[in-house]
Formats: sequence, C-alpha cells, structure tokens
Amino acid sequence: MMRPETEAELAEMIKAANGPLWIEGGGTRSIGGPREGEVLGTSAMRGIDLYEPGALTMVAKAGTPLAEVEEALEKEGQRLPFEPMDHRTLLGTDGTPTIGGVFAANVSGPRRIQVGAARDFLLGVRFVDGAGQIVSNGGRVMKNVTGYDLVKLLAGSRGTLGVLTELSFKVLPKPGFCGTLLLEGLDDASAVAVLCRALGSPYEVSGAAHRQRGPNGAPITMIRLEGFENSVRYRAAALQLLLAEYGSFELETDPGRAADDWAAIRDVAPFGGQKGDVWRVSVKPTDAPGVVGQVPGAEAIYDWGGGLIWLRVDEGSQASAIRDTVAKVGGHATRIRGAGPGAFQPLAAPLAVLEAGLRARFDPRGILNPGLMGQAA
Amino acid sequence: MEMPQPDARILARKPEIVRQLSAVLPAGAVISDEAETRAYECDALTAYKCPPLAVVLPASTREVSDVLRVCHEMGVPVVPRGSGTSLAGGALPTGDCVILGVARMNDVLETDYENRFIRVQSGRTNLSVTGAVEADGFFYAPDPSSQLACAIAGNIAMNSGGAHCLKYGVTTNNLMGVTMVLMDGTVTEIGGAYLDAAGYDLLGVICGSEGQLGVVTEATLRILRKPEGARPVLIGFDSNEVAGACVSDIIKAGVLPVAIEFMDRPCIRATEAFAGAGYPDCEALLIVEVEGSDAEIDEQLAIILEIARRHDPVELRESKSAEESARIWLGRKSAFGAMGQINDYMCLDGTIPVSQLPFVLRRIGEMSRDYGLDVGNVFHAGDGNMHPLILYDANKPGDLERCEAFGADILKLCVEVGGCLTGEHGVGIEKRDLMTHQYAPVDLEMQMAVKDVFDPGWLLNPAKVFPLAESAPRRSAAEQGLCPSP
Repeated sequence: MMRPETEAELAEMIKAANGPLWIEGGGTRSIGGPREGEVLGTSAMRGIDLYEPGALTMVAKAGTPLAEVEEALEKEGQRLPFEPMDHRTLLGTDGTPTIGGVFAANVSGPRRIQVGAARDFLLGVRFVDGAGQIVSNGGRVMKNVTGYDLVKLLAGSRGTLGVLTELSFKVLPKPGFCGTLLLEGLDDASAVAVLCRALGSPYEVSGAAHRQRGPNGAPITMIRLEGFENSVRYRAAALQLLLAEYGSFELETDPGRAADDWAAIRDVAPFGGQKGDVWRVSVKPTDAPGVVGQVPGAEAIYDWGGGLIWLRVDEGSQASAIRDTVAKVGGHATRIRGAGPGAFQPLAAPLAVLEAGLRARFDPRGILNPGLMGQAA
Repeated sequence: MEMPQPDARILARKPEIVRQLSAVLPAGAVISDEAETRAYECDALTAYKCPPLAVVLPASTREVSDVLRVCHEMGVPVVPRGSGTSLAGGALPTGDCVILGVARMNDVLETDYENRFIRVQSGRTNLSVTGAVEADGFFYAPDPSSQLACAIAGNIAMNSGGAHCLKYGVTTNNLMGVTMVLMDGTVTEIGGAYLDAAGYDLLGVICGSEGQLGVVTEATLRILRKPEGARPVLIGFDSNEVAGACVSDIIKAGVLPVAIEFMDRPCIRATEAFAGAGYPDCEALLIVEVEGSDAEIDEQLAIILEIARRHDPVELRESKSAEESARIWLGRKSAFGAMGQINDYMCLDGTIPVSQLPFVLRRIGEMSRDYGLDVGNVFHAGDGNMHPLILYDANKPGDLERCEAFGADILKLCVEVGGCLTGEHGVGIEKRDLMTHQYAPVDLEMQMAVKDVFDPGWLLNPAKVFPLAESAPRRSAAEQGLCPSP
C-alpha cells in the first residue's frame, strides 16, 4: 500500500504508476464490488490548515479524520451541516472516515433537504489528476464564479478524475435546541404525504424521515426542527396543527434521543445488522411509495421527505425490478451493499459519452479507480 | 479588452448561413438585417459593442437543436443570450457569430408544490419564476438585483447569486435539473425533480460555465415556502474594522441572517443625497435581516442588537413595521442608482474572506487616492462578496482605461488575500485576462479540457472566460477544422 505524506509525493507516485490504482481515504465507504490495483491511501496527508469560525470556513488535508474535523468544529459550536453518513455500520467496514472520503463520495445525511448536499458546502479543491498534475479549483470564499466549477465535478467522482489532496469547505453554527415530532402507525403513502406537507410549510424542517419498522416494530414518521428553543416549540406546535388530520404527533426534545434517532436514519443503522443487499434510490418524493411497492419483499427507510429511499432486498435479487421502476418514474439507484457488477446507475447515451470524455481527459491512462462510477445504459 | 478578429470566411458566407437558419426556424425567428442586429450588439457591459452576423430566436428545445446543428455543420460560432443583463460581457457578440436568444422560451412547464419544484423554459425571467408560485406562498430563492429582467438561462450560465444567498445559496444550490442542447444539436437531460443526479455532477459544471458547454433550454428549480415574515436592523459604526468584527461575531453567535449588507461612507453619502433614507453619516453601515414568525424575529434581533452594542455602534435602528423595514432598505436598494447620479461607474464583484474586510477596504481607499477616482463600497458582507463602484467620466479621454486599471488592481488584491475575481457576475470578457492571477496554467488547462469534451470545436461563446492567449490554440484549431477528438 502506498501512503504519500505530501501532495508532491502523491503526484510522483501517480506519475510513476504503471497499473491501476485503488484510491482510498479511510476505506470505510468502498462500494461497487471487488476492485483491482495497488491501494493508494490518502490518510497520511492530514491536518487542518485553516479554520476561521467567523467566516464559517475550514481548509483541511484530504486524509484528515472526519472525527478531528468535527471535534474542532464542536469546540466553536459549529458543525458540518450536511450531516455526512458514517458507512461503517451499514457496510461492516472498520477504519477511520476521512474528510476527503466524505467529499469524494458526496456523502450527505438527513439535513440535505434543508441545507444542501456535501457538494454545496465544498468551496475549493486541490487534487492530483491521472497524469500526476497538481490542479487547483475554487477557493475558500463562499461566493465564487471564477471559471468552471471543477469543485462540484470532483465532489462525488469517487477518485476517478483525480485524488483530492486539500479541501476548503463552508460550515455552519450548531443550533442550541432540537425537537423531533414523532408519529407511529402511518403507512408509506400517508407518511410521505405528511413529510411533503411539513417540508412545504414555512417551519424550516431539517429532517423528514419514515421507517417502515421503528425501534418497537411499528412504522414511525419523524420530523426534525432545530434552532432556538422558543422557535422550535413554536414551529412544532404550528406543524402539529397543520398535520392534525394524520394523528397526534409527540414532540421529543431529549438531546440524546434526538442524536440517536437521526444517526440511525443517517447511517441506515437498522439495516446494519440485517442480511441482504442495500440500495440507495433517489426519486421525486411522491413517487417513492409506488417505487417501494414495485420491489417485492423490500424493506424501506425513507429520508429526505421520501426523496431518498434505502431499500433492503434479498442478496443478489431485485436489481432489475429496482432499475426498471426507477427508470419509469425518473431518478437513480445505486447498490451500496452487495456483490457483483452493476452497482452504479447506468447513464443515458449522451451523458455516458460526456462522462467518458471527462474521464479520458482527467485520467488519460485510465488508472484511477477503474470500474467505479457509471457505465452506458 | 480585445476580441478576436471575425473570420472573413464566415462573413463571406452570411447569405448561405442565414438561408440555412431560416430553413429550420419559423418566419420572424431569424434576424439578419444590420439595423436590427444592433439591438444585440452588447449586454449590460455597455462599454463594448459589436453587432453579430445574425440573431436567432428559437421557441423550443427542438428549434435550438436545429439551430445548433446548422451552426455546427457550417462552423459558425454561437453566443447564447438570456436577457442580456450580464455585467461581464458574457453575451457580447463577435462579428462572425450567431446570437442565440432564448427570450421566446418563457413558459412554465410544470409546478409541483408537494415535491417543491418548478420546471420552466430557460428564457423566463428570474422574478417571474417567483411570480408563478407566490400566490400559493412559494418563491424561488436566488435574487440577483437584475431579477426583473434577467433570464434563468443567464442565471444558470453565470451561477447568479443575490442578497439572500447567505441563507439560501446561489443558483447552483437551487438547480435540480436541465434540458441542455450540445453544440452538435444533441439534446441531453441532466437531473430532474429528484436530488443529486446520477454519475458525475455535470449539473454543477454546467452551472457557471457561461454558455460555453451547451444551451440550457429548460430548468427544474427548487422552490421554497415563503417565511412568515422578515425584518431588518440598521447598525452604524465609526470604523470599517469594527463593522467587520461585528459581522464576524453575528455569524459566530449562531444566528443565520438571510442578508448582511454593508455600505461605506462614500456610498452612504451618495445614497442620502439621492434617496434621503435618513441613514446616519458614519464610516460603515450594516443592514442585517432575519426571518421567521414575529416572536422568532424579535428573539433573533435581540441577539444581534446585543452583539452590536458590544461594538459601540453610533446608530441602532430596529424595524418594528413594514414601513420601517422599507425605509431601512431604501438607501441600500437605491445605492447603484445614487452612484450613477454622480457619474458613470464600473461595478466590481470580487470576493474576499470576511476576515480581510477591514484591510481590503483600507487598501481600496489608498488606491482610490492614487488613481484619483472615487469609489464607493456596497456589498454582501456575510459572504465577503464585494461590489466596489468606481466612478469615472466616460466622456473624458483615458478615464475608462484608468478605471479598468484600478478595477483590475482591486480584483488582484481580492485574490492576494485569499479571495477570487468574481463572486456572482462571472468572468465574461471583463475578467478574462485576469484569470492567470487566480489560476496556474495547468488549472486553466483542466477547465479548458472540460470545454473540449462538451464542445470539441470551440464554437460556443469561444472568446470568453479564458485569456485569449490561453484559448488561442484551441480556437484556431477549430477555425481550421482541426477539432480535438471528443
């Protein structure tokens, strides 16, 4: 395994490489089945280079452990607002998640519906492309339209266009109070209708999820509110009124309980100890219950008001059922846990051509994580 | 600002080009008469003008595809145009180009409140997107100050921001999908009414690519429920440093205002003379606006006022009513007009880290004295996006050049302190030749490589964004028909 300590060293290693490289941060989020090549890990390039709480910005090396970033933010009462998922429970991996891995896979959690995805918070990148060139794009300011936005292109490209070495990103203050409205017993369609109505209200919902099987076995619908305590209580009351026809919501304000409940959604923890393949499906929220209904034997956790479905199915099964039903309504599906090829969403012809073209330019020798990301449909 | 010489071979083929364009478009959608093409000779960067070879006004994705296919086959450059409000010259024609205007494509195609999106044709104006949903209590968040006129197509091309992006983000954060036509006429669908499109984030690259990668004909946009209410507070300080520190403390305190606007003394004086909003005559002025229910607004404003008091303000004015709010915003909203009363002005758009605010304002003051040109500062302080307004006299020989040199120095300063050349207006031709101050050759090369993939012949808006010297090999290869392979 190669573990460069500096960007320059990394560039030399990539220049000298004569075969495929398996790029990894902490190695906790690897999907897409068995891979080829020598492992090139970024974990030795680490450290926070700059943190300005008053400007809501941080600059860190890609291999910096996520925990180190979160600890520094916590001290200033701030956080990564997009709430990145920890994949270790679901995938049964161990290792140390890195900030580079978070952005390389564009990993966002429940708060994505309110504040945006990881890619929306990434302000600047430095990376080494497949030819060993060191490239910089974006910066450390919140508004920047200087040239093309390669920052977004690199976010979510899973190391196939370049190896991230340094990231600058926006952070936000952590609100002092959190409340979760809870209601048991709704079927999928009613739950998504509730979540859509809550998200279409002016009450700034920061989490909207539904589990077909909650902690005590019954379905549970969850709506999160954050902010100053008076404001949270006011908005909770307003939402209870707005949603009264669906039942009587209970407001849970215990901080420990809130953290656990939302971490379970974020990490898809209920599927962690259970067998089977797990799919991540993105569709229009109101299409979600219908999509789930078309996949026989699937268990679902809905996040993002229904727009994100986590589907657990029997091992090696239902891939075509999932792909077909998602294709009918519009959206995309990725197999996050499971074996064999076909984990990534196939792309329509013109987009596959564009992606292949980009890949050929950023990695002319095709050595960066071959086999990852999309193929033509 | 230089533009490439028009290609004589294209000029010579004008009748044939116009004939072929007319063959694929309805009558009245092709403008080739020299008097009429003059209406398209410039955008809001009015110092530069050049009538195009022809103008086409297609009304559908299909027609856009046909136009692009014709131009692609004939090797004619195309400059896409929204409403022509670019301050950076993004829609400035060359004499050998076809202007592709999207103004006839302005329909709302789909509105979905349950899933909170609207799908529109890209020629629709920014404000009329909100107009289509506001009766039902929704709005489209990005609000560039040209929002009455500017088109969604231009917003996407420039990744436009606005006063409220501290809370709601800029165009790229509110764009869910596009229908985009490539230069060879291929129609692509990227993203849609769901989050985070599959594959690479092409949507993220297209947004802000200044019409160089494709022509967006339809867009799926996120809409939000309007907040219950909003109210501002006005705070005056006797130093820029203290005002800057106050901004930083407000942000750190965990309040997230929708807007923090900053004006300096020259700008305050100009707007007072013009609009009479009753602003205090002080060194720096902040307008901070928060949203929510009445009680929520009171609670947030109390925190902001408490922070402000710790910084010894010379003025504190909290709005208690819609009338008072309007009065607080009056001066800020008339700032550009007020500066325009005094003289011609050039509006800059650099972004700096918020912590560098006092230093940068001091340096701009020093440079203003050196250049002998007045400058006023009015900007979005929460995100460090500055808009220095340099006053000059367009009728005085040499003044424009001096103003441009001063502007370039300010933008270089923005880059030196860790910021960038443009926060929301785009590069266009205005900042094209400064790109080498922010990016190394390899950084620009990677960006141009992206254009190679989308537009191998470099026919779409080719003379923008990249310094002419850097893009010359690609543009001349295109002219000789030696396109890099896709």
